[in-house]
Amino acid sequence: MNDATQGLGVEKVHVWRGERHVLRGVSLRLDPAELLHISGPNGTGKTTLLRVITGLLRPEQGAVTWRGHPIQTARSDYQSDFAYGAHEPALKADLTALENLRFSVGLKRKVSRAVLTAALERTGVGACADLPTRVLSAGQRRRVTMARILAMQAPLWLLDEPFANLDAQGSVLVSELLQSHVLGGGLALVVAHHELTLTCGVRRLELNA
Amino acid sequence: MTVGAWDAFSLIIQRELRLSFRRPEQLSQPLMFFVIVTTLFPLGLSVQLSLLRDMAPGVLWVAALLSSLLSLDSLFKSDADDGTLEQLALSGQSLAVIVVAKTCAHWLVTGLPLVVISPLVAIALNIPPGAFAVMMLSLCLGTLTLSWLGAIGAGLTIGLRRGNVLVSLVVLPLAMPLLIFGAGATDRAIADISAAGALYFLAALCVFTGTLAPFATTAALRITLE
Repeated sequence: MNDATQGLGVEKVHVWRGERHVLRGVSLRLDPAELLHISGPNGTGKTTLLRVITGLLRPEQGAVTWRGHPIQTARSDYQSDFAYGAHEPALKADLTALENLRFSVGLKRKVSRAVLTAALERTGVGACADLPTRVLSAGQRRRVTMARILAMQAPLWLLDEPFANLDAQGSVLVSELLQSHVLGGGLALVVAHHELTLTCGVRRLELNA
Repeated sequence: MTVGAWDAFSLIIQRELRLSFRRPEQLSQPLMFFVIVTTLFPLGLSVQLSLLRDMAPGVLWVAALLSSLLSLDSLFKSDADDGTLEQLALSGQSLAVIVVAKTCAHWLVTGLPLVVISPLVAIALNIPPGAFAVMMLSLCLGTLTLSWLGAIGAGLTIGLRRGNVLVSLVVLPLAMPLLIFGAGATDRAIADISAAGALYFLAALCVFTGTLAPFATTAALRITLE
């Protein structure tokens, strides 16, 4: 198996939103143990690109491949290989942090309570595990979503602004998590405005209007 | 390590039930609406028991229809607003399984309580106790069918800011056969005639919508998610 079939490939993707040509022939490659940092001004289609990669949005032209296969051919296998952290936290305010994780991660893979608590401890919100997420701050909610990404144990991470609402310590924590994921052979695609300070290799893709 | 469809189904049911019980007011409002609307009729009409009895099945069914519409808005909307729907769609589970689970959970918390409380309302409407069994069975089938139809309407109107009225306009015309056969079954039971024909028809409608609605709803959700 050559390494072209190991990772994620996006080829000449074009997306139109109504009259606007949002993505104009974007191509990228992401191999194991690599991190791609997507940046660019507001409204240049960073989130759109991420949604195309998840398969939520079908591009008008172009293709997305995972391990050499187009993502539409084995949709559910592909979906269990990635963890998507959208800009919205996707947490139910009435459920506790632990329940939120149990019901979202539990659909992807069988997880024990211990794994979920460990993930919450790792992101520094272990003490909030049994509190409804309604009472958590925006930063704490962001940490819970990072715990969800961790607990999914997926090789590919697709993160949209994972640093939003986080304090300095939180940003360091997310950087550390990304780093250990990539060093462990994982793939990560991160949409973020500010610079990533990681010791592992970071490639950059700048989207322009 | 992957999660089977049945496990996913039961996980979503558990999640929906837990969410509903954390918000008891959402659970009780449609039920209160049903009780109040049906008890308004005996108060508003003249005290003629025979007239009340003739109108009872229609009143009961119209109230059930309207009260089930009240809760439809919450079926997918809140999940779509906070991004949970996206996570569900990307969970590796078939969206149809998710739709079926969510709709069944919706029926368990809105339709089933209505069926359970209906004898109480029936007494107020002067329906003889002998007709309760048929009435409850017909309401049981009818509310489940309404949940299936409602899922389509709710799925189609997620993106709209004030979708509630539109849901009614989409769902109510489709619910007309339900009203006819549901009220018909109760009517026949009151008159002490066999209601089997109407009940079979209701059951057929329930199976028909239960097989097709998940696919229609899934298609509607996919459009919304783009």
